[in-house]
Amino acid sequence: MTTDVLPEVGRPARARAKRFARPALLAAGLIVAVWLPNGIYTGLAVDLLCWALFAVSVDLLLGYAGLLSFGHAAYWGSSAYATGLLAVHLGLPFPLAVLGGALTAALIAIPVGFLAVKRVGIYFAMVTLAFAQMIYFIANEWRSVTGGENGMQSVPRTLGSADLSDNYYFYYAALPIVLGGLWLAWRIVHSPFGRVLVAIRDNPARARALGYPVHRYKLAAFVLSAFVAGLGGGLFALAHQFVSLDTLHWTTSGKAVIMVVLGGIGTLWGALFGSSFVVVLEDSLSQADFASPGLLTGGIFVLAVLLFRRGLWGSVAAFFRRR
Amino acid sequence: MAHSALTARALTRDFRGFRAVDAVDLEVADGSVHALVGPNGAGKTTLFNLLTGFLTPTAGRIEVGGRDITGLAPEKIARLGVARSFQITSLFGQLTCREHVELALAGDLGWKFWRSDKLLHRHRDQAMSLLDQVGLAEHAESTADSLAYGRKRALELALALALDPKVLLLDEPTAGMGVEDVDRTVDLIGRVRDGRTVVMVEHNMSVVGALADQVTVLQAGKVLVEGAYAQVRDDERVISAYLGEAHVAD
Ligand SMILES: Nc1ncnc2c1ncn2[C@@H]1O[C@H](COP(=O)(O)OP(=O)(O)O)[C@@H](O)[C@H]1O
Ligand SMILES: [Mg+2]
Repeated sequence: MTTDVLPEVGRPARARAKRFARPALLAAGLIVAVWLPNGIYTGLAVDLLCWALFAVSVDLLLGYAGLLSFGHAAYWGSSAYATGLLAVHLGLPFPLAVLGGALTAALIAIPVGFLAVKRVGIYFAMVTLAFAQMIYFIANEWRSVTGGENGMQSVPRTLGSADLSDNYYFYYAALPIVLGGLWLAWRIVHSPFGRVLVAIRDNPARARALGYPVHRYKLAAFVLSAFVAGLGGGLFALAHQFVSLDTLHWTTSGKAVIMVVLGGIGTLWGALFGSSFVVVLEDSLSQADFASPGLLTGGIFVLAVLLFRRGLWGSVAAFFRRR
Repeated sequence: MAHSALTARALTRDFRGFRAVDAVDLEVADGSVHALVGPNGAGKTTLFNLLTGFLTPTAGRIEVGGRDITGLAPEKIARLGVARSFQITSLFGQLTCREHVELALAGDLGWKFWRSDKLLHRHRDQAMSLLDQVGLAEHAESTADSLAYGRKRALELALALALDPKVLLLDEPTAGMGVEDVDRTVDLIGRVRDGRTVVMVEHNMSVVGALADQVTVLQAGKVLVEGAYAQVRDDERVISAYLGEAHVAD
């Protein structure tokens, strides 16, 4: 309103505020990330890191390529198992184990993505779900490798002679990988590739007429997203020093989607916000011995979607933009 | 006779038993402007969709510069130098005009997920000059959503031109434009046709008369008449086809 009355004064001030908003937000985020294990219990802090990567990976697809993957647990979970196997059998330093896990996830995503990107909308979601169920089934049956229902026990996390048994130190050891993964997602979104993805999302026919191979772009996005999900899943395995079948379960895929929708689709900050919100909420509910935390998170999800069309973060951001 | 830039042979497309394009033979001479006219529903847009790979033909084949492109994906055909505009304006709403054209110019830069999107500004000058050509220079920083209809059509044209195509397919480039915009578009097509082959669907007969070397009249999916403009214009069958349409429109 004031900007209309005093354009000469209002506009530059607002532009300046906008220019400073992003770096300020980034600085605040970094401060919180560095401070976090001093403020909340360390296991929760590490979980927040892992889920942040997972949610961001889902948003990369949903928000920027318009693809709803309902089977992303396949990449989170397969990386968790691969990371676990690399750590248990080869005793790799943990960053390498995680990298190996994420690459495994990306590799699995190639054939799945190849078939899935030929479908759109709900059919895409169903293909991703079907393959995730298949991978869940394989992990369940392949007991000699995965431990089946018992999961994979005592996954070591090593880095030279450093003692990472305390989650407090593991948090700081893992933080660079997480920041690296988040940076990668940010880079993708703000790259020529990211621009083409958004164009494909908004108008696939036009993108094809401009010579862009839409399927191949979507496949590349799918594989990159699986890699980022894999970074999170690998760290999750190390964080708990245990891999359970739950990491591959469809409810895990659903949880990541809920995080993104809750936080706000199409903004990486929204995915961070949504994942933190859900992880903290579920943690406090389980601390309080609440019988069915899923019910409450589900209820909050429905309410948030009804009340905040753009998600929690999206609505806050829109509020500040309007001012 | 001039070499053929684009050829369709017995091209046919059915929609659940309804034959929208019926054994169409089309020879577009290299370097010519070829107009495709005919009443609404004649199958002109469907023919364009077949030629650009957006629809697969039920039967028949398509050649570009002697090469068989039947069944190729739209992006492959675009990369072979066949660009199209859409009858119904088809843009990326939130992007500015300049960003639209930069995207059209980007090509393989689009794969670079590890680089900053500022890389696309590499094409800024070229994008601005294309926007200038279609009369959108002042609107370079406006989003496509905010443009008036005629300007959206102009942006459609700029996007097709950005691909520097050998063959340019324009589906009703002047539809819904004011007189001034029509004149500018005719002028523009007249300039960009140099070194290119143009196929255009056009209802405005003065536009056809001003630009087209050859005219093909479609009716009910079939080629009704083909020839030079003056010849086609006076053809009994064409007159009655159009009168028939006017009759139905009443
Ligand atoms: N996707 C489609 N499915 C079914 N019928 C279609 C489809 N596209 C076009 N048609 C039909 O094909 C005929 C030709 O349409 P079109 O090519 O758009 O005509 P024109 O561009 O000459 O006005 C029309 O009768 C139209 O209803
Ligand atoms: Mg049409």
